[in-house]
Amino acid sequence: MSPRIVLATAERILRQLRRDRRSIAMILVVPPVLMALMKYVFDGQGGAFQRVGPPLLGLFPLTIMFLVTSIAMLRERTTGTLERLMSMPIAKLDLLLGYGLAFAILAAIQATVTSVVGFQLLGLEAQHPAWVIVLLAVGNAILGMSLGLFVSAFARSEFQAVQFMPAVIMPQFLLAGLMAPRSQMARPLEIVSDFLPLTYAYQALATAATHPTLDREFWRDASIVVLTTLVALVLAATTLRRRTD
Amino acid sequence: MATETADAVVDIRDLRVRRGRKLVLPGVSLQLHRGVVTGLLGPSGSGKTTLMRAIVGVQIVDGGTIEVLGRPAGSSELRRRVAYVTQAPSVYLDLTVDENLRYFARVLDTKAERVAEVASLVGLGEQREQVVGTLSGGERSRVSLAVALLLEPELLVLDEPTVGLDPVLRNALWRTFHDLAARGTTLLVSTHVMDEAARCDSLVLMREGRVVATGTSDELLERAGTDDIEQAFITLAGAS
Repeated sequence: MSPRIVLATAERILRQLRRDRRSIAMILVVPPVLMALMKYVFDGQGGAFQRVGPPLLGLFPLTIMFLVTSIAMLRERTTGTLERLMSMPIAKLDLLLGYGLAFAILAAIQATVTSVVGFQLLGLEAQHPAWVIVLLAVGNAILGMSLGLFVSAFARSEFQAVQFMPAVIMPQFLLAGLMAPRSQMARPLEIVSDFLPLTYAYQALATAATHPTLDREFWRDASIVVLTTLVALVLAATTLRRRTD
Repeated sequence: MATETADAVVDIRDLRVRRGRKLVLPGVSLQLHRGVVTGLLGPSGSGKTTLMRAIVGVQIVDGGTIEVLGRPAGSSELRRRVAYVTQAPSVYLDLTVDENLRYFARVLDTKAERVAEVASLVGLGEQREQVVGTLSGGERSRVSLAVALLLEPELLVLDEPTVGLDPVLRNALWRTFHDLAARGTTLLVSTHVMDEAARCDSLVLMREGRVVATGTSDELLERAGTDDIEQAFITLAGAS
């Protein structure tokens, strides 16, 4: 591993994003706007916004980073820059960590902006300080990024890459317990949801928002998110090939 | 040819590459020598790109051996010594020329001054602050070439580097290739522009995945009994 290459790669990715001003604006503005929308959608339902607000705040970056990375990596594959990098003295890990660092920074900014809006302006409340939610959001974003890096290997076009969002992330959103408690789902779905990483990402966020203590269960959920991220990164590394057909 | 084997920078024996059901390279043997500019000629689909990819070690091969600088092609030790420029420019279109070069320079750990050097070497000294996506096709391929020159590679493999360039630039690039060769770099340059053949020290003619003739352009013209390289190609490709 080379910190020089990791830093250079992260800086390069952020530079590319920075040149795309409109994307940056959307990454920062869309989540807070959706939060505000949510507040007024649930206007007449007392606690609903308080229940879904904090977990959504922590899951936005996951969705966005999943999409952005899968397309960024697909571009590296189709323009030949990935092949070029793979022919240079660079470890696969350097490249993956470079991506991780760049998107963690982006996710931290996004989650901070959203949480300032959510907690200060929209009246969200959580049992634990907002930075706990932001930290979880960054962790989830890195999970989303790792999944995005992995699935990008299976997309031949940007159209396909975009479709992985509803195919891979949406079902996990539905089953995570956010829409309905998992114990009230059809039993087979509840079992399936046991194996989906978003379930644990959601549970950790829900605990941080509503539970007075960060208990054993919280740490178990958070560890599962970290572990899944590592597995996804290893899988992503196997899709970076030095030799192709 | 047998006596030249000892100093071969690239030594290919009976290379076979299959793509799907098609045997793209059915058994190529070839040597490239230090400081020589070798032109790889042949119609599109004759296996030039596959052969080049195999030499730089990014192609999955099915048989035979390829030694580059005394090591199997694609070895990790070769990643600093061999550079490859693909036909489509593989650089970041949303970064400037300078940002591209600086990124790859940091990855390769070369001196910072090298960025300005390679930019002027490919004639892009004036465009360094421009975003690559706003440059013309020929300029983009030169950015890609500049990246390959960062390390001063011992073996430089170029896939149709002069496509879409005006004659002045093409001339300048060929001078650069020969300057590099004079300093000991071995070059393999593919082209389907026959008049570029005369600029190569040595030629390899390919057809349907096979090497049909090798030699200097004079030798090949003499063997074919013609003074036109295109005609020579047709004669030699048909004869074998």
